[in-house]
Amino acid sequence: MIPSKKEWTDALIARHGATLHKQFSSATVAICGLGGLGSNIAVALARAGIGKLLLIDFDRVDITNLHRQQYKANQIGSYKANALAENLLEIAPYTELQAVTTKITEENFARLLKDADIVCEAFDDAECKAMIVNGVLEQLPQCYLVAASGMAGIDTPNTIKTRKVTKRFYLCGDEVSDVANSIGLVAPRVMLCAAHQAHTVLRILAGKYEV
Amino acid sequence: MVKVNGTELDVAGKTVSEYLATTAYDPKRIAVERNGDIVFKSQYDDTILKDGDRLEIVSFVGGG
Repeated sequence: MIPSKKEWTDALIARHGATLHKQFSSATVAICGLGGLGSNIAVALARAGIGKLLLIDFDRVDITNLHRQQYKANQIGSYKANALAENLLEIAPYTELQAVTTKITEENFARLLKDADIVCEAFDDAECKAMIVNGVLEQLPQCYLVAASGMAGIDTPNTIKTRKVTKRFYLCGDEVSDVANSIGLVAPRVMLCAAHQAHTVLRILAGKYEV
Repeated sequence: MVKVNGTELDVAGKTVSEYLATTAYDPKRIAVERNGDIVFKSQYDDTILKDGDRLEIVSFVGGG
């Protein structure tokens, strides 16, 4: 039995307080890339009661994703954006979701992200990361940007951190652990970095801008 | 002197592009901030570093 929208809202207000709930529930957050970072960011933000999530990824769920990404075995072959939207609606049924299966490029990102209050960069490719970071900072001056760099491998979890680079640009990760130089991505360390990103989003919405 | 990622360097007078050419940074994987503002990619050739500037270069690595 799924709770009513009122029961759901009341439970979030009881947990976060009315002020924070309003700040979270009136926000639109875009997540660019729905892999180990993006799918975990999305789950955390949906649970926290973010009003609207833009879920953007052109890729489909692959068996090699399932060791760290928030998909299920029976979703292999589905678009990640659609599969994640299905899963989020089971977790937090009153979240407004927009699933976008378009590949983000230098030409279309400003249009795709124009309604976002905060953009999460959650790509895996370093050049794509740099492209969206430069693009958002140059062309979307109203947006906050929370990006990630360096979370691969089985190194210590304690080097994953968040720093504020400029007034509206936050960077999470250890900034050095390249997926090319390691055993690849390991679920908890990627989730740690995703948790830093999601928590930074919530802090920005709460008006707590320092890290 | 220009403070680059926290280190004082004698690079005043160079453009951002000229400075980057002396480093190992891959221009396709970085974002550059100068005194707290993004330096537009299209302005790397024309932005001249001045004495007292603070430059922050973020270099992205893969994985996500």
